[in-house]
Amino acid sequence: MRGGEALLKSLENQGVDVVFGYPGGQLLPLYDMIYDSDLRHILVRHEQCAAHAADGYARASGKVGVCIATSGPGATNLVTGIATAYMDSSPIVAIAGQVPTGLIGNDAFQEVDTLGMTMPITKHNFQPITSKEIPEMVKSAFYIAGTGRPGPVVLDLPKDVQEQELDFENDVKINLPGYKPTRKGHPLQIKRAASLIGNAKKPVILAGGGVIISNSSEELLKLSELVGAPVTTSLLGKGSFPEDHDLSLGMLGMHGRLSANFAVDKCDCLIAVGCRFSDRTTGKISEFAKNAKIIHIDIDPAEIGKNVDVDIPIVGDAKIILSNLIRAISQNKMSSKSMEWVNRVKDFKQTCIPKMSFDNTPLKPQQVIKEIAEAVDDDTIVTTDVGQNQMWMAHYFTSRKPKTFLSSGGLGTMGFGFPAAIGAKVAMPESDVVAVAGDGGFLMVSQELATVKEYDIPVVICVLDNRYLGMVAQWQNLFYEKRLSHTHLGESPDFVKLAEAFGVAADRVERPGELREVLSSAINSGEPTLIDVTIDPDEILPMVPPGCGLTEIVGEYKTEPNNSEDVPYHEAAKERAGD
Amino acid sequence: MDDQRTHIISALVLHKPGVLQRVAGLFTRRGFNIESITVGTSEQEEIARMTIIAKGDGKVLEQITKQLNKIIDVIKVRDLEPENTVKRELCLIKVHSPTEKIRAEVVQYVNIFRGRVIDVSPETLTIEMTGASDKIDALIDLVKGFGIKEIARTGPTAMSRGVKTI
Ligand SMILES: Cc1ncc(C[n+]2csc(CCOP(=O)(O)OP(=O)(O)O)c2C)c(N)n1
Repeated sequence: MRGGEALLKSLENQGVDVVFGYPGGQLLPLYDMIYDSDLRHILVRHEQCAAHAADGYARASGKVGVCIATSGPGATNLVTGIATAYMDSSPIVAIAGQVPTGLIGNDAFQEVDTLGMTMPITKHNFQPITSKEIPEMVKSAFYIAGTGRPGPVVLDLPKDVQEQELDFENDVKINLPGYKPTRKGHPLQIKRAASLIGNAKKPVILAGGGVIISNSSEELLKLSELVGAPVTTSLLGKGSFPEDHDLSLGMLGMHGRLSANFAVDKCDCLIAVGCRFSDRTTGKISEFAKNAKIIHIDIDPAEIGKNVDVDIPIVGDAKIILSNLIRAISQNKMSSKSMEWVNRVKDFKQTCIPKMSFDNTPLKPQQVIKEIAEAVDDDTIVTTDVGQNQMWMAHYFTSRKPKTFLSSGGLGTMGFGFPAAIGAKVAMPESDVVAVAGDGGFLMVSQELATVKEYDIPVVICVLDNRYLGMVAQWQNLFYEKRLSHTHLGESPDFVKLAEAFGVAADRVERPGELREVLSSAINSGEPTLIDVTIDPDEILPMVPPGCGLTEIVGEYKTEPNNSEDVPYHEAAKERAGD
Repeated sequence: MDDQRTHIISALVLHKPGVLQRVAGLFTRRGFNIESITVGTSEQEEIARMTIIAKGDGKVLEQITKQLNKIIDVIKVRDLEPENTVKRELCLIKVHSPTEKIRAEVVQYVNIFRGRVIDVSPETLTIEMTGASDKIDALIDLVKGFGIKEIARTGPTAMSRGVKTI
């Protein structure tokens, strides 16, 4: 068997059924072998989207996603997608072609140092020099990508190695003496945490993406109800806890809900699970949860104490640790259920119920999100791009289930949403998939309309069209004296015509009430569809300015009228939050 | 927050191409300051030992060790206690020594410091000195006056005293 065939066979042994890829000179041997294989290959129209699609596949399914690109420019185009997966701990294996071993280092045609280039943005990377190494490397790559704190792994495959003969062995042993992720949490720390939680009067849980990755949403719900702890999430934690639950606070942070920001500010015990305390989540660190003892549960020991000082660190798998914690708390009969705290939280949450119904044109983003929420069901996977569209969704869209809200958090990669939706739909063909994007971000990846058409991948893309690089314009409006330097996109293109040029169904929505219908029928049509939604560019999302504490929100926040007449949102809520 | 301190980190790593780059790259990326890094074979053929000298407070050191441990090719990391550690550095010094008188003087210093002269030319003496880094500094200071043409230092390599291993 040849090296490339060994690669394909090894992928098959890992249960890989689909790869997202783009061929090129240094991958000719491998692609020739793919021609004869049963592997499903989806030809994307840009390698960056192969990586994002593999990432979306991984986030939606929990399995490892796979992408392939040729050497040099193919590999460099993968880089943004790999870095995106790295920042958000998404397990992908990226296979890149490389020039033949004899030419490595000679600046050969389309040569680039893929190993060196991807070292800082991968969990690990490999380059086989002989085909014999391939089976073990592929197995190691999947094991590393998918276990512990997941992350991307790159396999850099020289052209000659793809052709070199080897004796293929099915069950290779892998040998990684330096890689032993801790799964069980330290019993003593769990005991200490249980007693701290038991004695807390005002506990809050902060859930991150790690809760979703470790499938511990059930345990999270149990713990929250057991001790009466309201739950807030990071952006990536969205969906780990049902956001329509009484104890849900919504997202925390710079663009988070004020109720969540207040609760964390006031709590006396913060139980952080599978989150890394990004600056977007914490705001100014010295102000963050300053009245609380902090328990931090994470599988990556390096995350503990990195950004926030922690009182009780617990390293391990969130599912195992939360179960043990629940057991310890129930055994101690220490249910601290502090109704006073729960009620107070409910009360200031009530004061901040954001207004979402608007009958204006151009459409208010809040109204748009409301209609999207009404058109989809609990199992629909929504992806977002980056910018205001992302934060409107994070802020207003109610997620109820894990793995249904996919967004580029750590790297904030424009152009993520649409290709990630493609990957998600391929992974979960039974689920409806809706991508929400800004006009700027969508234009970065609009060529993938060809892919969804060609392979008939029925995702629906809602382009929130404000003709601005909205999020940047927002910062310019708030912090740079409204000097809108190079953030106006002008009046082109016509997205409906653009989609139609690719043979993709398209529609335009401009008035309140229309989107719900159009989106529902697009979802039901079973065809890929683009919906151009004209929105009000002047609507500003309230936010915490960089460098400020979580309660120092700026920007007007509209509340539902029955909540608190005309009192500015944060003033009323602040009052209820008290001290 | 405790004070900045110089730490001696000993790491066992797989003896593979690219490992030094992975370790050094981590220091750059995370904004940690390396003073020196040495690497060479260990008692096991497939494993190399690295000695990293880095400055930082307790928090920085904790991050350094944790981040090092995350590298798949790094097998073990230990912050050695300075008082229970033997630490040696090799240094070569080429001194400008055009006269008999200077030569005699240099050789005298070298003997006091238990160094060795390993090369001689009409114009220069080359000294080999192995020892604690501050001793090497002291010898360099002494011969500086004659004019130093070249210095090559390895940076310290270290291990625990007694039976303790990592
Ligand atoms: C690849 C990339 N380039 C630049 C940015 C910086 N950036 C963040 S949000 C944003 C504006 C996004 O505009 P648009 O896609 O129209 O979405 P909106 O904010 O209007 O919803 C920009 C330029 C980024 N995050 N990613």
